[in-house]
This record gives sequence, C-alpha cells and structure tokens, in this order.
Amino acid sequence: MNASMKNFWAGVRAEIPLLIGVFPFGMIYGALALNAGLSKLASQMMSSIVFAGSAQFITTQLVSEATPGLVIVLTIAVVNLRHMLYSASLAPYLASLSTRWKVLLSYLLTDEAYAPTILQYEKEGLTPFSHWFLLGAGFALWFNWQVSTALGIFLGTAIPDSWSLDFALPLTFIAMVVPTLKNRPAIAAALSAGVVALVTYSLPYRVGLILAALVGIGVGTVLERKSDSRL
Amino acid sequence: MNIWLVMLFGGLITFAMRSSLIYLFGKFHVPETMRNALHYVPPAVLSAIIFPELFLHEEKLYLSLDNHRLLAGLVSILVAWWSKNILLTIIAGMVALFVLQILL
Repeated sequence: MNASMKNFWAGVRAEIPLLIGVFPFGMIYGALALNAGLSKLASQMMSSIVFAGSAQFITTQLVSEATPGLVIVLTIAVVNLRHMLYSASLAPYLASLSTRWKVLLSYLLTDEAYAPTILQYEKEGLTPFSHWFLLGAGFALWFNWQVSTALGIFLGTAIPDSWSLDFALPLTFIAMVVPTLKNRPAIAAALSAGVVALVTYSLPYRVGLILAALVGIGVGTVLERKSDSRL
Repeated sequence: MNIWLVMLFGGLITFAMRSSLIYLFGKFHVPETMRNALHYVPPAVLSAIIFPELFLHEEKLYLSLDNHRLLAGLVSILVAWWSKNILLTIIAGMVALFVLQILL
C-alpha cells in the first residue's frame, strides 16, 4: 500500500471510535428534521450541504418555530464560528496544498475530523502525505453522517435511549484530550475552558463554547510565557 | 426564505469559516504568539465540549453521586491517563455507565 493510502486508512481508523457516538445523533437529526416539516430530500441534503451536526439540529428547531430564513442563516454562522479555530489550528499543516485539496479538506472539517487529525499532526509532524489522514477521518465521518441521517429519516430513532450510545462521543473526546495535558499550561487551558463552558452553557447558539475555547487558549498562552520567562 | 436557500447560504457560510484560515495562512505573516496559542486549541475546545456533557443535566449543574455520566467520565479519564488507549477508554466509560445505571 502506498503512503497516501496508508495515511488515508490511518485517518479512517482514528475516526472509528467517534463514529459510534455520532451515529445515533445522525439518526436523531434525520427523525427530527422530518418532524419539523422538512421534506425527506431536504432533510438528507442538509446533511451534505451544511454538514455540521449542531447547526443542523438548531436549524431544524428554528424551522419548526417558523423562524425567518435570515435569522436561521445568521444562527448557523454563529454556531459554526468555532470552525475558524480549527481552520487556524490546522492551517500550518495544510499550507502547501493545492486549492483543490484545501477546498475538499475545508468542506470535511468538523469537530470530529479535527480532533484526531490535530493530535496526529502534533505527534507526527508534517509529512508529505499527512493531508490524506484528514481526508480519511473527514470522509469516514461524512459517510457515517449521510447513512445515519438516511436511517433516521426512514426508520426514525431505532436505537433505544437506554443504550446511551451518545455517551461514546464525550468519551472519545476524553480519550483524545487527556494525552494533550502534558504540562501545566495545557492542564490550566483545559480546566479553565471547561469551567467557562459550564458557566456560559445557557447562552444561545453555542456562543459559550467559543468563549470557553478562547479563555482556555488565553490562559494556556499566558502561563506558557510565564514559565518560559522563569527559565 | 425558502428552506433550500437557507441550507445553501448556511452551507456556504460554514464552508467559508472552515476554509478561512486554511486559505489565508501563508498569505500574511502569522505572529509567533498566535502560532503558540494554537497549540492550546485542542485541550481548550475538547474540554469545553466534554465538561457540559459530564457536569450538566438539563442545563443545571449536577454534582451528585447519582450523576452516572460524571462518575463514568471520571473512570474514563483515569483509564485514559493510565492506558493512553482510545478504545479502552471508551469501553471503560461505557461499561462504567452501564454498571452504574444497573446498580444505582
């Protein structure tokens, strides 16, 4: 197997644990979108046109409340603001790619594709085929999201709540965040972001998530400088 | 606005944000501080997603031994710390949640 395919499959494999947690969400989204009055085709197409879980859930909710279209579009923008952070974070590793690759990988850049990819890049550094890893992770999630949406549309939410499969998603993020807590600034960044996320959770449109991330990044950066200047 | 237009514009805006800095990077000088700060995106964002899942129930702080997700989450943090293995961490957390739900 050549290096590009090897990286692609490594990305797919790294994504698998996340797929378990995402699958029930895709089904729930599909079922909710139908309930909100979207056609089957529109419900399915939102998963490929917007391709962003939380934005799709909120859109569904707003559509069922007959919210004006412009408000829905602005809401999608705010909910997805965090993707600019992912874009900035991955940018140094994707800088030398062609525009075509950048377009494709940007389309596939979700929370769940970002997490395993940035860990891989920080561990392995930049290699000639490392963009294939993001393609593998992103495509695996994309495929899973389309299929689970379709199942939700046609079967409803067939997975019983009592299985708590949705809990696999935060567990996967835990498994990914713990190895990044290598020093005090990183631990402080994680704890401060977590606490701010709790305090700001009731703010609309997931704004709290962005605030929390920015506070965490700020705390980590400041502490890193302090420990540097002490040396 | 028609639902298809909403989806189209929503999709375009989402794509624009996802591609924004991937596209702009290298077109201007990125200060060292900013590059350093980016290392803290993963721990900060992931924790900001995880904490509410463990500590909140129906948008309220839920600090109690009845909060099975919090306890199972703590188990998985310990397993992650000890094993550095993603699959093992997920299995430990799911089993812990399952056992807690049956026992308590």
